[in-house]
Amino acid sequence: MRRFAQLFAEVDRTTRTNEKVDAMTAYFAVADPADAAWAVYFLSGSRPKRLIPVRRLSAWALEIAQIPEWLFDECYDAVGDLAETISLLLPPATSYTERPLHEWIEQRVLGLAKLGEEAQRDSIRESWSALDGVERFVWNKLITGGFRVGVSHQLVVRALSRASGIDEGTIAHRLTGHWKPTANAYRALLAADTSDADRSRPYPFYLAYALEGPLEELGDASEWQLEWKWDGIRSQLIRRDGKNYLWSRGDELVTDRFPEIAAAAEFLPDGTVIDGEIMPWANDAPLPFAQLQRRIGRTKLGPKILADVPVVLIAYDLLEIEGRDLRGEPLSSRRAQLATAIANARAESRFLLSSIVHATTWDDARDAHGRARAQLAEGLMLKRLDSLYGVGRRKGGWWKWKVQPFTVDAVMVYAQAGHGRRASLHTDYTFAVWRDGVLVPIAKAYSGLTDVEIRELDGWIRRNTKEKFGPVRHVEPVHVFELAFEGIQASPRHKSGVAVRFPRILRWRKDKPPAEADTLDTLQTLLREQS
Amino acid sequence: MLLRITDRGLYCEAGDFYIDPWQPVDRAVITHAHGDHARWGSRHYLASSEGRRVLRTRLGADASIQSVDYGERIDMGGVRVSLHPAGHILGSAQIRVEHGGEVWVVSGDYKTDPDPTCTPFEVVRCHTFITESTFGLPIYRWQPQSEVFAEMREWWSANAKAERASIVYAYALGKAQRVLAGLLDADGGAMGPIYTHGAVERLTRDYRDSGIALPHTHHASEMPRGHDFGGSLVIAPPSAAGSTWLRRFGAASPAFASGWMQIRGARRRRAVDRGFVLSDHVDWPALLSTIEATGAERVWVTHGFREPVVRWLLERGIDALSIASHWEGEEEVESPAAGEEIVA
Ligand SMILES: [Zn+2]
Ligand SMILES: [Zn+2]
Repeated sequence: MRRFAQLFAEVDRTTRTNEKVDAMTAYFAVADPADAAWAVYFLSGSRPKRLIPVRRLSAWALEIAQIPEWLFDECYDAVGDLAETISLLLPPATSYTERPLHEWIEQRVLGLAKLGEEAQRDSIRESWSALDGVERFVWNKLITGGFRVGVSHQLVVRALSRASGIDEGTIAHRLTGHWKPTANAYRALLAADTSDADRSRPYPFYLAYALEGPLEELGDASEWQLEWKWDGIRSQLIRRDGKNYLWSRGDELVTDRFPEIAAAAEFLPDGTVIDGEIMPWANDAPLPFAQLQRRIGRTKLGPKILADVPVVLIAYDLLEIEGRDLRGEPLSSRRAQLATAIANARAESRFLLSSIVHATTWDDARDAHGRARAQLAEGLMLKRLDSLYGVGRRKGGWWKWKVQPFTVDAVMVYAQAGHGRRASLHTDYTFAVWRDGVLVPIAKAYSGLTDVEIRELDGWIRRNTKEKFGPVRHVEPVHVFELAFEGIQASPRHKSGVAVRFPRILRWRKDKPPAEADTLDTLQTLLREQS
Repeated sequence: MLLRITDRGLYCEAGDFYIDPWQPVDRAVITHAHGDHARWGSRHYLASSEGRRVLRTRLGADASIQSVDYGERIDMGGVRVSLHPAGHILGSAQIRVEHGGEVWVVSGDYKTDPDPTCTPFEVVRCHTFITESTFGLPIYRWQPQSEVFAEMREWWSANAKAERASIVYAYALGKAQRVLAGLLDADGGAMGPIYTHGAVERLTRDYRDSGIALPHTHHASEMPRGHDFGGSLVIAPPSAAGSTWLRRFGAASPAFASGWMQIRGARRRRAVDRGFVLSDHVDWPALLSTIEATGAERVWVTHGFREPVVRWLLERGIDALSIASHWEGEEEVESPAAGEEIVA
């Protein structure tokens, strides 16, 4: 556990990617497979479900720390993280003991849920007295199911690859899906024989970078394939050995969430892998993403929701056909084979071949980009016709070109402390626009300011709070911010009657008095223009 | 009331003077030279002789400053005033005010942990104690500074091995010199060359002139163009973070030294490689034990976590009150307006 906590501290404190990878590589190079398996599991973002209700945990902690509940709450408010608050408040360990990570997890963490409250309390008190500092913090995170580490999946894969000498692609492939953190699974993950890859698993998704420079720098427009960029769930549909699997880019098996697509996969030949986007779709047009969220939120999919929110798979790419891996072929060739595969499966199918946006010159491309919003698309994808299907993000082959967001000038009216990196500072803000001389809240946003601006604003908020409702502060309506958002929808649930998507702060308009902020009319106009 | 809060600051009517006023007044008694306590523009200042050099640097050559030794008694309109060590930074003082048998003590900022750069804190018995509460929550419990400095040396030598410069962001007055003192070896030197930002260098000279032993430092801006800073340690004020001044150091490893680094969120927000928990204020246990040791029947709590400290005291039968002031805690104040001169 000490070694794992040390790894956590090393990864957590540095902002340098290299150092994170080095720390993980050093860990994997020597760790016992039973421990390393859990380390892989946690580092790649998997978590056991919440095992102990957090409030229960804090009650036990304040008992030991001998402080009243109100003071615990003040501390939590300042720290912004429950597991950390507890580890800071507990007295130093009385009987520090070193046990390996897998023992802690398998004997102390996983069994907790089955214990009665008394037994849980005893077990946790005992664990607290045996742990100190970072170890105690990490352990608290594990038992509350809140363990997160600032490394991407790709960095974990890189470290494993460096520690073992197995190529990143194979490791990424072996890690996708439901990977079980056992010593054997870890040995298999790093096994030298790479032919064993699980047949249900998707290929690592190839990701596009945001377009940076002018289009002209990409060379000749004729060397590129343009498609609409859709805002759904990027997924791989796999049909192998007579079975169908649908994986989201978040490495989640979502076959059961979209039974229509799984059923349609029956029409594909065995050994097919399609990369595409799951989209809510009706009458030849996309439905708002919020509709898709309605479906994702359900544990059971009744006939009503299936009828209300039908989905399609917009097919972007063909990665495998008749068991042949096509990723090494150029896009033009994969696209031709994709078109054939979709055409053959067309009957009764839920597949839409992603349409190619024709552009012979970059001016045509700019024209098309201007039409993206009317298509209800997020923008354009630019893919080199000779691009291979790469692993992860590799610059140059694919670019995404999003449409400019909507913007509005709004006044900050509420503020709330953030969490994690932003704990103890007010970083979550609510913004409002004018309607008949009254400010109506329209959006919450918590990103887009610099650290210096956040600190400045935090000080101002503390000095200019009109009222406090729990953690929320009602502040003087003084500061105007330019907000950007991706979409706007009518929403009877909101006081303003509109809901915006992905709101974020573009800049602090210190030059604007609040009276000059936008009115609700502006948003209603945007809403009308959009629909 | 012997002291009360007015628009200009904490005022003693009987003696007609202010303590750490935030607006210009005739007579100001100053606890210490930090920008939120020693503000420009008052006609006369009274402060400790230990801190006279740094206060002079802060207030300028024209300010009228009278110095008194710790413990020396001054009569101000029939009110007995004396200054007592607060252990916060060089020259920091608690102000003891006595009139008609009533004793008040204003703590200013203080700590009870050892610090080789200033006279240690002394408990002063009083009836009313006005205390700061910068770190007035039980999550703030300082580890021994020897551990912190051991970690800092380890971090420095790892960077030096990689031929990188190590940059420590520390408040220019007090914290910077405490870091320097902590890196001082028995032979009077340090592990490697140490460079300073101009704001730090100037005050560091004041410390040396006041007789504080510190390792040798070089003013970074005086180094020739293209000078190799690899392996050295650089001390800079937090306001230098993100500035072009940093370019000369190349791919350096940044760290921040402050009590706020106790919280992971605060460490991550600074986007530094390391957060060293090093505070010049009392932690929770020291705050409570100090209040108890003063024997005060009444406690006024100023800048920091006022409300929780007041509630804690009230629940223990101590007459406590939260006092709004313009003292903000130097580590939260980084804008030049607050008195931090940003000179490279
Ligand atoms: Zn101070
Ligand atoms: Zn202060």
